[in-house]
Amino acid sequence: MEAVSACPSFSARDYKSDVKPVWCPGCGDYSVLSSITKAMAELSVPPENVALVSGIGCSSRIPAYTNVFGFHGVHGRALPIATGLKISRPELTVIASGGDGDGFSIGGNHFMHACRRNVDMTYIVMDNEVYGMTKGQASPTTAPDWEKSKLTPEGTGINPFRPLVIALASGANFIARSFSGDPNHSARMIAEAIRHPGFSFVQILSPCVTFRPEQRDWKAGIRQAPVDATTDAARAARRLMTDDGFNIGVLFRGDRKPFQPSMKARVESVRDLEKEFRI
Amino acid sequence: MSSPGQEEGKPIESVEQLLAHALAMETEAVERYNELADQMEVHNNPDVAQLFRKLAEIEQLHVHNVTELSEGVELPHIAPWDYAWETPESPESPSPSAREVHYLMQPYHAIALALKHERLGVEFYEKLASQSDREDVRKLASELRETEVEHVSLLEKWLARFEAPAKGWNEDPDPPLLQE
Repeated sequence: MEAVSACPSFSARDYKSDVKPVWCPGCGDYSVLSSITKAMAELSVPPENVALVSGIGCSSRIPAYTNVFGFHGVHGRALPIATGLKISRPELTVIASGGDGDGFSIGGNHFMHACRRNVDMTYIVMDNEVYGMTKGQASPTTAPDWEKSKLTPEGTGINPFRPLVIALASGANFIARSFSGDPNHSARMIAEAIRHPGFSFVQILSPCVTFRPEQRDWKAGIRQAPVDATTDAARAARRLMTDDGFNIGVLFRGDRKPFQPSMKARVESVRDLEKEFRI
Repeated sequence: MSSPGQEEGKPIESVEQLLAHALAMETEAVERYNELADQMEVHNNPDVAQLFRKLAEIEQLHVHNVTELSEGVELPHIAPWDYAWETPESPESPSPSAREVHYLMQPYHAIALALKHERLGVEFYEKLASQSDREDVRKLASELRETEVEHVSLLEKWLARFEAPAKGWNEDPDPPLLQE
C-alpha cells in the first residue's frame, strides 16, 4: 500500500447513478460496474469528463448505472461511436463497453479496426460466452461443444473467437484480462488501461449465472498470469499460444502513438456538406 | 495469496493504515448491502431486500464508530487493489456473485451470507491483534474485533430463528428467463 499526499477527490459512489441495475442477481456484471467506478475514483477523473459508450446486450446497459456521460448505442457499434467522440472531444476519457456477442460478432469488424486505428480510449468487454439478453444462444467465444442452446443442440462445432489474439494481431496498444470475481484486480486493470495511451482492451470474464450457471466454477480456474506484461508483441503472441483463457493480468503494453487527426483541417460545416446533396 | 489475481497485501504497519482499512471495510459493506437490497427490490423479493437494508444500517453505525475513532487522524490513501485484504474484496462485503445471491433467496441465506462475512471481518482483526509488531495496532485491532464479535453474535441469534431452506429452494417452476 502506498500513502499519497492527497486523497482522490471522488469516491466510487460518485460515479454511480440512482438507477438500479436489472441484471440477474449473481451476475458478474455487478462487480464490473463496481470495478469501473473504483477505477474512475482512483484516477480522480471528474464524472463530467468521462463518457461511457455501449452497444446492446445485458452488459451494455451499464451507462445507465453510472453517473458519467453515457450513450447506449446500436448493436455492435459502441466502438465507432466512441471513436468519433474521442476524435472530436479528445479531452474526454472515453470508455466503450459491452458483451462478447456485441463486441466480437455484430461489432467484430469494428473491434479489429479500432485496435488498428489506436485511438486513445478503453474498451471493456464483459465476456460470458453467451447471448444472455436474447435468452442464451452461443456467442463467438462459446466453446464448440456447448449444447444447451436449442439453436445449437449439438454445439456450434466452431472454434471460439480469441479476443486477446485478435486484439494483439490487430494492433491494440494495451491488452489485459481480468475476472469479475476479483473486482479489485479488474479495477486495477481498468485504471491501467485508461492511463495507457492509445487503444486499450480489457476482457473481463463475467459469468452469466442464468444461462451459463457452470461459469460460477470459473473462480477455481482463474490464476494470475505467471509472467509480467511484455512490450514485445511477438513475445505476447507466443504467450497466447499456450493461454487457456484463464490467465489474468496485463499481457501487452505497446508504445504506438495514438491516432488523433487534427480537427483544424475540417473546414466544411455540415451545411457545406449538405450542399453536395442538393437536387 | 489472497485471491487469484491479487498480490499479497503489504502488512498494516500503523494505526493510520488500520483505520483506513477499517473505514473502507465498513463503507464498502454499507454500499454492498444497499446494492443487494436494490437487486432484491428489482426482483420482487421485498423480505430479503428489507433485511439487506437493515444490514446496511448496522454497518453504517460501524462507519460512524470508525469515523469517530479517526477524528484528527490523517488517513493514508490506499488504492482499492493495495489493501491488505486476504479476500478479493474487503472481508465484510459479500460478493454480488456469491452462490447464495439469487432472486429466490430467503432471509436465511441473507443472514448466513452476512454472518460468513462478519466472521471474515473478525478473522481480519484477530490476525492483526495477534500478529502485528506494533502494540498500538494490536490494541486497536483488538477493539475493532470486539465490535465485529458483537455483530457476529447478533447475526447468529437472527439465523437461529430460521430453518435452513430445503434443497431446491432456488428452483422456479415458472422462471422469468428460459433458455431458447
